[in-house]
Amino acid sequence: MELDREQERILAGERGPVLERMLRLLVRLGEIYGADRFVPIASAQVSGVSYKSIGDPGLELLEDLAAQGARVRVPTTLNPAGIDLEAWRELGIPEEFARKQMRIIEAFKQMGVQPTATCVPYLVGHRPGFGEHLAWAESSAVVFANSVLGARTNRESGLSALAAAVCGVTPDYGYHREENRKATVVVRVEAPLRDAADFGALGYYVGQRCPNGVPYFEGLGGASEDQLKALGAGMAASGAVALFHAERVTPESGKQETAGLERIEFGAGELKKIREELTSDCEPDLAVIGCPHASLAEIEEIARRLEGKRLRKPLWVCTARAIKREAERRGLVQAIERAGGRVIADTCAVVAPLEALGFGCTAVNSAKAARYLPGLCKQRVVYMRTEEIIDLLTGV
Amino acid sequence: MKLKGRSISPGRAGGEALVTREPISFYGGVDPKTGTIIDPRHELHGQSVGGKVLVFPHGRGSTVGAYVIYGLKRNGVAPAALVNEFCEPIVASGAILAEIPCVDQIPIDNIRTGDLLLVDGGKGIVEIKARRKI
Repeated sequence: MELDREQERILAGERGPVLERMLRLLVRLGEIYGADRFVPIASAQVSGVSYKSIGDPGLELLEDLAAQGARVRVPTTLNPAGIDLEAWRELGIPEEFARKQMRIIEAFKQMGVQPTATCVPYLVGHRPGFGEHLAWAESSAVVFANSVLGARTNRESGLSALAAAVCGVTPDYGYHREENRKATVVVRVEAPLRDAADFGALGYYVGQRCPNGVPYFEGLGGASEDQLKALGAGMAASGAVALFHAERVTPESGKQETAGLERIEFGAGELKKIREELTSDCEPDLAVIGCPHASLAEIEEIARRLEGKRLRKPLWVCTARAIKREAERRGLVQAIERAGGRVIADTCAVVAPLEALGFGCTAVNSAKAARYLPGLCKQRVVYMRTEEIIDLLTGV
Repeated sequence: MKLKGRSISPGRAGGEALVTREPISFYGGVDPKTGTIIDPRHELHGQSVGGKVLVFPHGRGSTVGAYVIYGLKRNGVAPAALVNEFCEPIVASGAILAEIPCVDQIPIDNIRTGDLLLVDGGKGIVEIKARRKI
């Protein structure tokens, strides 16, 4: 790896042990993946925030790093935590869990990380520009930043993203390099896609078929950002997709060469098959919408569909704190609460200790949630569109 | 016998080899408090990694594994050194942050459990000082 003089001083230990270890980590990762230099990053998004995910070893490492003086050099945001940082008592989160979660957040704050606690930093004022290099963890945000915004990031781990934030650079390999951003497979979409759940199912299918590919979608003209968010999250959950292009929709689609690439089709049959694959035979005792975190438009849709209705089972709408505040200002949170639902901030169904709260079967509209809830939260899952979830819960 | 590999994490340490052909997931596979391998499906189940030179092909599983390696060190039950065929980012991150010497690109079939090893993490060298007495 080519290093500048400041980086050489850091590795010689002249800037203290924390910076040395963080840069050493990035140098090794760069060597493993064949980078020959570093690129400066515009921002970092750090995962591994929930106490449920990282446990005591993670808490102790983060507190040690903060105490030893690790500080981020670029704007750095945080993935969801294991609890709603304000309303955790109302959700029945155990006190011990909440206390340790707060210590994790405090350690990140001490390092200068903004406690955004959301997987959609790009919806709360941290929107990368086209061509900017980033070090983002959180697979769904990675695929959104690369594909929809045209920024450049690999799928970082929580630690490599934090090291990059502290050093202000990331090794130049993978999706930072133009030659790795070319489409590798064409996906012709024939199925009518009505809802984010349908886009998530498409993503789930493509991630399974080409887990490390760069798909080029035909037939997604007019897709909304929320739908693309669901599509990317599905691909990043069933596969390791970090980048896709969609004809006439995403910024790098125009320069793709698709002649001669492998082609796959997604028709009504495939959509039905994936919906069935993601659905267990059980009666939901909870429904969760907002994986990735719900946008304002999605919260608005839920509030509108709930008008004049009464929920018979709990509904959680998970979102970022900043989006919840705006939704409150517009009366949307109140509308959802009037129907008996909840708008939960800072956390989500995947990283919250759902299994400890007595739920066993959860309805979701997210392929990512459907992929992770059975293993991480011991939930059986029913996969539905938003409209179907509301109908089920209000008994229409 | 000296085996030359690639430096992952610097530092020199010696110890008895604990060798497995099976990949290790530190998260859920090793107890950070005791250093015991707790994955019931692993061939080293029940053994302790503390103070050993742990020799395995590569890591697998959750990125939280890096935190577990750090926890082992903090609790005084970490391996003295790590030797891999291919060190993926999870083990590399954990070894570097915990300051555990680590070398990869080593043909691990040359090493047997009980061999006395000296690992130079900075130079990327694994030296077999003595063979296990049979």
